[in-house]
Amino acid sequence: MDNYQEKPIFLQIAETIEDGIITGAYPEESQVPSITEFSIIYKINPATANKGVNILVDEGILFKKRGVGMFVAKGAVSQLKQKRKKDFFEVYIERMIKEAKKLGVTSTDIIGMIERGFIDE
Amino acid sequence: MNSINVQGLSKSFGTVEALKNVTLTIEENKIYGLLGRNGAGKTTLLNSINNRIFPTSGEILFGEKSVIENEDVQRNFFFVGEQLLFPENMNAKKAIRWTKEFYPHFDEDYAKELMSLFEVPIKKKVKSLSTGYKTIFKNIIALSVNVPFVFLDEPVLGLDANHRELFYKALLEKYSNSPSTYVISTHLIEEVANIVEDVIIIKKGEILRAQSRDSLLETGYSVTGMANLVDQFCQDKEVIGLDALGGIKSAYIIGEKPRETVDGLDISTMDLQKLFVKMTNA
Repeated sequence: MDNYQEKPIFLQIAETIEDGIITGAYPEESQVPSITEFSIIYKINPATANKGVNILVDEGILFKKRGVGMFVAKGAVSQLKQKRKKDFFEVYIERMIKEAKKLGVTSTDIIGMIERGFIDE
Repeated sequence: MNSINVQGLSKSFGTVEALKNVTLTIEENKIYGLLGRNGAGKTTLLNSINNRIFPTSGEILFGEKSVIENEDVQRNFFFVGEQLLFPENMNAKKAIRWTKEFYPHFDEDYAKELMSLFEVPIKKKVKSLSTGYKTIFKNIIALSVNVPFVFLDEPVLGLDANHRELFYKALLEKYSNSPSTYVISTHLIEEVANIVEDVIIIKKGEILRAQSRDSLLETGYSVTGMANLVDQFCQDKEVIGLDALGGIKSAYIIGEKPRETVDGLDISTMDLQKLFVKMTNA
């Protein structure tokens, strides 16, 4: 997490947890760290951590078990991937095209680069 | 539970007006950042609330009661300032016991735990501790007193980076496990920006802003680009600062950040420190 990034911290927290779920660091149906733990690790106000976590609770990615803690919902991984794919165009493609236009890079150039990138991976 | 209401508070030292008609509410169970430049009146405000000095005019209420010369009310507050309130020759261990006499909810075990976490030499006389360790010692007492309102005036002054980090984590842990209000005055704004929930900005004795950090950050943004484009953009805006480097200009603006992008301009949010610096310049 980068505390000096543009996005508000509570959104960054939500994304950090999302990343953890997508990569399998927090498997489905397993418990995630508490608000207190997130707050201390990232040195943020617990209210901010709570705000971030609540986004995921509202989306059904996380659920709370009273007196026990928070858990990753079943199906959370595919739900998150769907959501991220939807954001993919806005977050990556639009910005890339903006930069490409600034530099005079054509769409053919970009497609070539993408294909090369996939091979290198 | 009660909040602290500062109403029309003024304080003069001779001809100098240190606080001018300050009105402010400090609520329970929140972490506040009290920000202001040197001499802005931060310490005077804290001293007034904690009955160390008398206001020239105005009132400070805790619930319905005045906090001034009111021991019953002051028991709810703990103030860590520059002064050391312990008898000169006490060592840290004795000072812990001494505090317990005055603050019945003081958690001695927790204080000792923190002393060893921060490696405070507890057998040394408090007055002969290094500047950093004196501050750490006072902070540890503040985290252990268990009163509803704790005021920390420059709690990281003289602390190295490791100890500062340890302090912030200890504060957050304590606050998460048993919330109280913490009012932290500091010049290290970046370090507390994410820790505080509310921000109070004081400038030349007056309250400039008192609101949640999140809402405060939404009140300003910066615009960078070719000077003529920036000037054009700023025409109908409230500009609080400008930086220029060659033909490139940055303007710092008070107002809601536009949702639409503007060709040739880079519009971004300001962090708390930047916003503070621009607001309190000159």
